[in-house]
Amino acid sequence: MSDNNPIVLTSSPFIQSSCSVSSVMRTVIYALLPGILLYIGLFGWSVLVNILITVVGAMFFEWLMLLLRNRPVRIYLFDGSAILTAVLLSLAIPPLAPWWLLILGSFFSIVVAKHLYGGIGYNTFNPAMAAYAVLLISFPLEMSMWSMPVDEAKYLLSFTESVQYALFQVLPQNIKFDALTSATVLDHIRTEVSSGKPLDNLGVSSILGYVAGQGFEWVNLGFLTGGLWLIYKKIISWHIPLAVLAALAVSSLISYAINPSVYVNPFIHLLGGASILGAFFIATDPVTASTTPLGRIIYGLGIGFLTFAIRSWGGYPDGIAFAVLLMGMATPLIDYYTVPNAYGERV
Amino acid sequence: MKKLWTFKGGLKLPGFKKISNPASVNKIPIPDNIILPLRQHIGEPAEPIVDVGDQVYKGQPVAISKSLISASVHASTSGIVTDIGKYTIPHQSGVSEMCIVIKTDQKDQWHPNIESNLDPDNLDTEELCARIREAGIVGLGGAVFPSAVKLKATRQIDTLIINGAECEPYITCDDALMQNRADDVVQGILLLRRLLNPAECIIAIEDNKPQAIDALQVSIKKFKEKGIGSVAAIDVIPIPTIFPTGGEKQLIKVLTGKEVPRNGLPYEVGVICLNVGTSAAIRNAIYEGIPLVSRYVTVTGVMVQRPANFEVLIGTPVQDVIKAAGGEKSDRYEIIMGGPMMGQLLPHQQIPVVKATNCILVQDIKSENEANVMPCIRCGSCASACPMSLLPQQLYWYAKEKSFQKLQHYNLSDCIECGCCAVVCPSRIPLVQYFRFAKSEQREHEFKTKLSEQSRIRAQMRDFRLERIKREQQERKARRKAERLKKKAASDKASKPLADKELSAG
Repeated sequence: MSDNNPIVLTSSPFIQSSCSVSSVMRTVIYALLPGILLYIGLFGWSVLVNILITVVGAMFFEWLMLLLRNRPVRIYLFDGSAILTAVLLSLAIPPLAPWWLLILGSFFSIVVAKHLYGGIGYNTFNPAMAAYAVLLISFPLEMSMWSMPVDEAKYLLSFTESVQYALFQVLPQNIKFDALTSATVLDHIRTEVSSGKPLDNLGVSSILGYVAGQGFEWVNLGFLTGGLWLIYKKIISWHIPLAVLAALAVSSLISYAINPSVYVNPFIHLLGGASILGAFFIATDPVTASTTPLGRIIYGLGIGFLTFAIRSWGGYPDGIAFAVLLMGMATPLIDYYTVPNAYGERV
Repeated sequence: MKKLWTFKGGLKLPGFKKISNPASVNKIPIPDNIILPLRQHIGEPAEPIVDVGDQVYKGQPVAISKSLISASVHASTSGIVTDIGKYTIPHQSGVSEMCIVIKTDQKDQWHPNIESNLDPDNLDTEELCARIREAGIVGLGGAVFPSAVKLKATRQIDTLIINGAECEPYITCDDALMQNRADDVVQGILLLRRLLNPAECIIAIEDNKPQAIDALQVSIKKFKEKGIGSVAAIDVIPIPTIFPTGGEKQLIKVLTGKEVPRNGLPYEVGVICLNVGTSAAIRNAIYEGIPLVSRYVTVTGVMVQRPANFEVLIGTPVQDVIKAAGGEKSDRYEIIMGGPMMGQLLPHQQIPVVKATNCILVQDIKSENEANVMPCIRCGSCASACPMSLLPQQLYWYAKEKSFQKLQHYNLSDCIECGCCAVVCPSRIPLVQYFRFAKSEQREHEFKTKLSEQSRIRAQMRDFRLERIKREQQERKARRKAERLKKKAASDKASKPLADKELSAG
């Protein structure tokens, strides 16, 4: 065991559930699958290529760090946490990203955000989101070129072509990069708002899809399905996702009711961008989230509201990552002040 | 239907209750030696009243309680006292304590003073209480609190709860008792009713024991038909099977919706809770004059040949009990006294069955493969499982750090060590061990703080005293000086008043 403690396993209880850290991580990865499959189907192979490169990178850095830190590689490398971090990070990076961006991201998440803070269980910040924030600030251009939905794109890259692009940034002849990418709905809104155009005729644009962004709305429904399944499996509690989405919905509804030409409707907030993924999969990262029932509500409300604030008034189109990082800093404080009443304490 | 409440947390655990058949109870041969610890209860140890070499008879008190919270110990069979000394007792820490060892004579001869009471219904309450105390009866559910002390509560009791929940996996001794001695349990309750005069009287049984529920209902009906009307006040209530619903605090919450205040006792919310075994033991003490010399014990587990329930003499070494159940299946086993959630691993088999022993669990050795402890990922499963609404993930952190103030803030002292948190932990952290360790450290820390506080006060008082003595000396000196000066001034004034005037003018 990693901690130097004098206690040996000789006292009660003498039974243990089959649940383990790796089974928890595995279940979360399974829950991501519906969303991922829809994402690949709607946006092309480069989504999968992104995931694969990031996972390989993350596993390499995990192995390296375990070796350097003298930890049992066999137990920790396959606990699933590095894979989960990598998958979440790769979903936050636009498809058609160059390999070095993905590897840099996995380096930052695993080496800096995770292991330099003490490894699994000790990280102060969500590793995937910390890496995403670093990439977004350092490479704003690469981080904002999102793929066009398959229906819209003039050309569909095959799997090999996607790999080729990721590794060598070579596209098939006569295909321009611009033909494959477009702004996301949140990007679009940001541009419109900052150029002073009213948002009233947003519906006309095909970018909106049905309610919250062409393609993305379906992907998010996929993540929603997986997230609800996680709650059903009791891997995550309902507190954080509900609080995140509630805060986002309420604050966007109020502002939309006041001024619909500057603020977008709550559907775009909820089903567009990374709200669903964030609420169910990122904000619920146990290590960095609050762990008391009331604390989880406060933590979730904070993330929801900050996300809305950053999207509406901040410098970035989406704000989930920054919101999660900011509330992660507040977690110890929240936990301290939300200790539940013990049995018999209130009497 | 009685309204039931729920307590927060808890676990649905696999029962493993069918392994040991609770429908019948077996006798075991009288062992060669009986080891009777002087402290088998909460409180002060009993004081021996026999000497090495004395002949003792079954039911004879060999050590008696001399302080308020204590319980007498009786010889559980006839024989000769061969030693009074330290032997390993069943305890988490594996400590040794004073025990009386009796070499049995196999005659199992009762002490002549033991005779059944022909008129138990006419004993007054004080006499009842005294007899329960003399019989050495303690809570047989595991807490082993001297029953007579509990029954002396002066407050109004609304609810008498007879605990037949038996929520730990594997254990069926209370089930066996309810099925085989339902009448004794009911008669015991009738005695308790006379003592406590409660408004309601509940026998609570987990709903996984339908035979026990039936047996008690049949027994109540029988007494009713015999014309004993007071049994009508007894309700048999099935409760949901969730560990640890048999914990006193949890059971009170489930049945009454009330929470026992922190650091308080159940009678403060008008409740008294006793185990079904205690009720039957009280009946035996009053009706038959028999002190607590035996109890039902479940012998179970995958590594024992013939799992079953036994009536075991208190003080019988575990070895003899396992032998009666056919012995172990192989060499790779470990013995747990109590259930798998809250029991203790026995260091060897010479440890005696005591008043608290409800189960001997013979398991295959698992602990070796369970070395894969991962760091805490703060998933909070432990907090959801905690029946006391604590935050084990925070407590774990501070227990490792030994931050006593933080441990207090997070209510470590409320932990009942039920084991739920450790069972659900995906990182396999032995949380309960950390908490037990932290509790003892905290006690020591408090003791040391108290000591240092005392010596600080002592030192302060000393400084204060020295200061005062110094001050007094100075005052005395000053006073004497002043007196001297005054005297001098007076004599000077008398001799040369002019010089004085000159001085003041200058």
